[in-house]
Amino acid sequence: MTTAVSAAPAIDERSFRAATKRTKRRLTSRGATIASLVIAVLWTIPTVGLFVTSIRPRDEIIRTGWWEIFVNPTVTFENYEAVLFGSESLMGPFINSIAISLPATVFPLVIASMAAYAFAWMPFKGRDTIFILVFALQIVPIQMALVPLLSLFSRGVKLDNDNVIYEGLQQAGLFSQVWVAHTIFALPLAIFLLHNFISQIPGDVIEAARVDGASHGQIFFRIVLPLSLPAIASFAIFQFLWVWNDLLVAIIFAGGQASPITRALGELTGEFGRNWQLLPAGAFISIIVPLIVFFSLQRYFVRGLLAGSTKG
Amino acid sequence: MKDLLSAIGKLPPLAQIPIVILLFLAAAALVLFLIEIAPRKGRTYTIIRAVACILIPVAVFLLLGSVWWAAAVAAVLGGVFFVLDYRQKEGTGYLFALAGFLAPAFVLLVIGLVYPTIQTLINSFLSSRGNFIGFDNFVWIFSSENNLVTIRNTIIWVLVVPIVSTAIGLAYAVFIDRSRGERFFKALVFMPMAISFVGASIIFRFIYAYREEGQSQYGLLNQIVVWFGGSPVNWLQQVPLNSFLLMVVLIWVQTGFAMVILSAAIKGVPAEQMEAAQLDGTNAWQRFWNVTIPGISSSLVVVITTISIASLKVFDIVRTMGMAYPDTGVIANDMVSLLQNFETGRSSAFAVILFLLVLPIVIFNARQIQKQREIR
Repeated sequence: MTTAVSAAPAIDERSFRAATKRTKRRLTSRGATIASLVIAVLWTIPTVGLFVTSIRPRDEIIRTGWWEIFVNPTVTFENYEAVLFGSESLMGPFINSIAISLPATVFPLVIASMAAYAFAWMPFKGRDTIFILVFALQIVPIQMALVPLLSLFSRGVKLDNDNVIYEGLQQAGLFSQVWVAHTIFALPLAIFLLHNFISQIPGDVIEAARVDGASHGQIFFRIVLPLSLPAIASFAIFQFLWVWNDLLVAIIFAGGQASPITRALGELTGEFGRNWQLLPAGAFISIIVPLIVFFSLQRYFVRGLLAGSTKG
Repeated sequence: MKDLLSAIGKLPPLAQIPIVILLFLAAAALVLFLIEIAPRKGRTYTIIRAVACILIPVAVFLLLGSVWWAAAVAAVLGGVFFVLDYRQKEGTGYLFALAGFLAPAFVLLVIGLVYPTIQTLINSFLSSRGNFIGFDNFVWIFSSENNLVTIRNTIIWVLVVPIVSTAIGLAYAVFIDRSRGERFFKALVFMPMAISFVGASIIFRFIYAYREEGQSQYGLLNQIVVWFGGSPVNWLQQVPLNSFLLMVVLIWVQTGFAMVILSAAIKGVPAEQMEAAQLDGTNAWQRFWNVTIPGISSSLVVVITTISIASLKVFDIVRTMGMAYPDTGVIANDMVSLLQNFETGRSSAFAVILFLLVLPIVIFNARQIQKQREIR
């Protein structure tokens, strides 16, 4: 913390560079390195512990902690077998999670990218006010929307018994309620993030296209969509992870047969004790898809996060 | 159409995915084609189009009896509307295009967020049977010891989680900045972001697990206590410690988020400023406070806001971990429990309180956006 200060008065180019380099190096001094190592270890151990627990035999899990595996290494996949194919199989919920997550990622993206374009490049009266209102909706707790939306889905809207305006979604298949709910709840943030990205496209490019006679439709398709593909991709990853990891919407809108894996696991933990040696394997299966998505697409993921956030 | 839908609904889940997505896209493509071949010059067509973009979703709504399809058609019309502009300069089809771009999102937002918010406000003054009972639900909330604990807990969550996870995330971002293996270190701490709250809760249940003294511990925390010669503690039974232990789970998840955003912001602080400060003879700590912090203040606001909102809405962690433990309730979780017991009114009243707690954050952020848009 003291070395570089004495070198500071040197003004000529070379020692200036050297001082800069030293500044950078001092930020990674030994104390800081140790602190960051401690944090990294603390943050990683829980997940490692879960994984190690999940590959230990049933009796061992109950008897001792996962760290004992280093003393007495016994590894088995029986928990995974039980969780995937046994009587308490999580295979169904796992597939449900996929069936819920994919459409619930595509729908809001299509709808939100259109709205985001309009907010960014189509001037109209009250545009800023409406945009801020849409943003504000993002912060309305989803919980507020649950009760009315649920009754709208299940009961529909009726003038009286003969005049049904809309019948509700219960007839429309297992997942429709969840898809619609996720699509709606994703829109405010999706519009906001994509708008931030789309509005950063240089005005000259859009202007040039307009001068050449391109319509909004053409600009949207040929300029905006290709240019904002990184943002769209990263939001897609985001939305997929959120939907996959969601519990709230699942508990309220996914009926018994449509339960995703988070809900099934939640119910399994409710009976902590009886089958809990299956929990680590189940939990690991539930986080394996997000982790794969996360590690393989990390670069886009972080970029999208930044597109929306550092600007605020 | 309804039969088609319920037929799709009976298919295996994996088969439904491509069908539904393709239907969604195919409908859009079909209408695009129809529009491409339609004549579109003149004021009459403008009026027809404007009328159509209101009438068609409404008609679908009436005929099919489903918001889902009305929304889908509205989305498709959106596609149609902007394709109309393919052959028209700004002017003729502009309104139509605008409506097309915005209508799908608006229809869904109004149905799914605006209407429910208003309805929830109304519900909070109704009994579970739908009779008007004034402020009784709120009186019930504020006169019950349990509920007050719930509200207190929620407020503590919002104060503790954002501050702790931002502080750790910021420290970590500063420490690993430009170090070797930075990306790897980032990934380690960022990883919990990808794990669901349910998964995280299960992970931490195993860390907090408790056995009586003398037995072998399988919870890491108690094992460490035993290694240091202490006696094991039933952590989640300890009020108020248990609430803070649940907060640790959210902190564990959110720190990575804070770290990534702040790390990017730190890299955006001009190197010249750092050098200038250094030439003035400041030490690292002074530079951190006087150069780095002001340089990343807007990102700090975003991070704290985002995590505050996440903490206000926290529900999964308490539900998966703390349901059986004393005094760990938070508003978001109590709401869902009440809802599942068909206590719509009381649940709605809690929602209103939650909304009031979020409101300052909404206003603050809306102001920020407004300022930014004025600059632009």
